[in-house]
Amino acid sequence: MSTIALQNETTAPAEDRIRWRPIYAALLAGGIWLALSALAARLPDAAEFGYTNEFAIVAGLIGVALAIGSIGGDRTGPLAARLRSWSPWLILLGSFLFVWELATAKRLWLPMPFFPPPQAIAEVFVDDYARLFDSVWHSAFLLAGGYLIGAAVGFVSGVAIGWSKAVGYWAHPILRFIGPLPATAWLPLAFFIFPTSWSASTFLVALATGFPVTVLTWSGIAGVNKAYYDVARTLGASNRFLILKVAIPAALPHVFVGLFMGLGGSFAVLVVAEMLGVKSGLGWYLQWAQGWAAYANMYAALLVMAIACSGLITLLFRIRDWLLSWQKGLVQW
Amino acid sequence: MVSVVATHGSASRAEAPPLGGAASPALDLSGVSQAFALDGRPLPVLEDVSLSAAPGEFVALLGPSGCGKSTLLRLVAGLDLPVAGDVLVRGKAVTGPDPSRILVFQDPTLFPWRTVFDNVALGLEAQGRLRRDRGQVDEALALVGLGEFAGAYPHQLSGGMAQRVSLARALVNDPDLLLLDEPLGKLDSLTRIAMQAELVKLWQESGFTALLVTHDVEEALILAQRVIVFSDRPARIQAEIRNDLPYPRHRDHPRIVELRREVLTLLGLGES
Ligand SMILES: Nc1ncnc2c1ncn2[C@@H]1O[C@H](COP(=O)(O)OP(=O)(O)OP(=O)(O)O)[C@@H](O)[C@H]1O
Ligand SMILES: [Mg+2]
Repeated sequence: MSTIALQNETTAPAEDRIRWRPIYAALLAGGIWLALSALAARLPDAAEFGYTNEFAIVAGLIGVALAIGSIGGDRTGPLAARLRSWSPWLILLGSFLFVWELATAKRLWLPMPFFPPPQAIAEVFVDDYARLFDSVWHSAFLLAGGYLIGAAVGFVSGVAIGWSKAVGYWAHPILRFIGPLPATAWLPLAFFIFPTSWSASTFLVALATGFPVTVLTWSGIAGVNKAYYDVARTLGASNRFLILKVAIPAALPHVFVGLFMGLGGSFAVLVVAEMLGVKSGLGWYLQWAQGWAAYANMYAALLVMAIACSGLITLLFRIRDWLLSWQKGLVQW
Repeated sequence: MVSVVATHGSASRAEAPPLGGAASPALDLSGVSQAFALDGRPLPVLEDVSLSAAPGEFVALLGPSGCGKSTLLRLVAGLDLPVAGDVLVRGKAVTGPDPSRILVFQDPTLFPWRTVFDNVALGLEAQGRLRRDRGQVDEALALVGLGEFAGAYPHQLSGGMAQRVSLARALVNDPDLLLLDEPLGKLDSLTRIAMQAELVKLWQESGFTALLVTHDVEEALILAQRVIVFSDRPARIQAEIRNDLPYPRHRDHPRIVELRREVLTLLGLGES
């Protein structure tokens, strides 16, 4: 009897606490964003910056939305609930922007052209979106071409090396010798050999992607449990069936590790190739911005790049989760 | 060699094949030896094994762990070739695997990326007749009691369920020769008894020749018309026991109890 009473006493407040904490956190987040808004609007800028008022308005709107979402509680629907679940991050972000705004636009504690205030970066998105968009488009085009070619060639050669002893005999020493060379080392040669800087860059991206995909596909195929082949062979499987329906599906988790590594490598090569050869794309935008000391543009481009790369990684994770749904305990991105 | 023959008068299974009567036996091993290399030294596993099975016969193999029973089944399946001797199936030398001889492996080895249905359908798919014989997959799954789990993935199954799937994967091919390597080893005793009865029924209906490896003496006596007892490694045939009791057999039948004691003595476990 007494244990049951004790349990009731301890669980009831615990439930209350779980329900109330996000609401207070959202309220705090709202307060911080309103404070940010007040800081931007009330304190005069220490130098000339555009869009300070617009920045204050947006911050204020976010603050009001958070406050309404928190006070309204469960009546405000699923969107507000999502917002509340992010409120610890919104607290951090709001505080960071507050300090940033204070240290740059309002007090100039940080050296000026190098550390623009948040509204200056927002200004880039409003004023220079055409050029930014064009750069994203060029980068995406180059990356997609190089990555797809590299992944396809890497996958096919990985399967061939893993499956056939004869192919392995010739390919293994070449891969060991040339593979570890960073793809960027080929850059001068590639720009010299290929007719256009675009084809040279596609080759470099494909190279950066192809090597890890080849090696991991190969190791995946080589590591397939031999019992799978025995089972399939007794059931009448041909060689073609063994490759397509046994070896490749069994190796797929490894292939995806290679695809992830290749994607990371291809980002690096892409940016360098755009900086040095191709006169377009986000890498080129970064360098162009630096050349004109347009540091706000540089930060904006970095932000776009982070969103794009993270988006691509997320996309690859989605594809993997879909193809490998038979595996349990997949890493969530 | 000890030879024990258990006959049960008129109730004998009518179509029980006469020993060595057929022109080409379903399975014929003569002087088969197999050896592996272990730490650079040869490890003889099978030594001069000769045995044959008539078409439609049910033969069980018993023997100590590690004596070479699975090795023998791999030879018959055509997955390995013997170092000496001949393996003939219906008079023809075995040179490789063939879907008319299906091996149910000791380990279920289901393909984790395929659903239960697709695992069972593997043989039909490999032979290019899945489109036509799709219904057989459902039948096989129903037979092992896993119709509901057609869409499940292997990691969602219990050990015994996985073993039943691998049995269904073999049965769906309608083989002439079914090689069973402890197919019921991981089942609980109730499912096991039910599956034994199913196996007997299936064998009587489809008429395949069965070669069953098992650790369970009782199971061998319930299922098989002939039980072959192997010695320790390298495996040699130690005894052959004929059991002509009619099916379905009951484990408490006095003859089964008697044979069981006999086989246990042969395996060196007489009094336990
Ligand atoms: N590929 C191999 N390489 C080396 N040795 C092997 C190989 N396969 C089997 N052996 C050896 O052959 C012997 C017989 O193995 P096998 O699997 O046939 O035994 P078994 O009679 O089926 O045993 P159990 O009843 O435990 O399954 C064992 O000693 C094993 O170590
Ligand atoms: Mg075995």
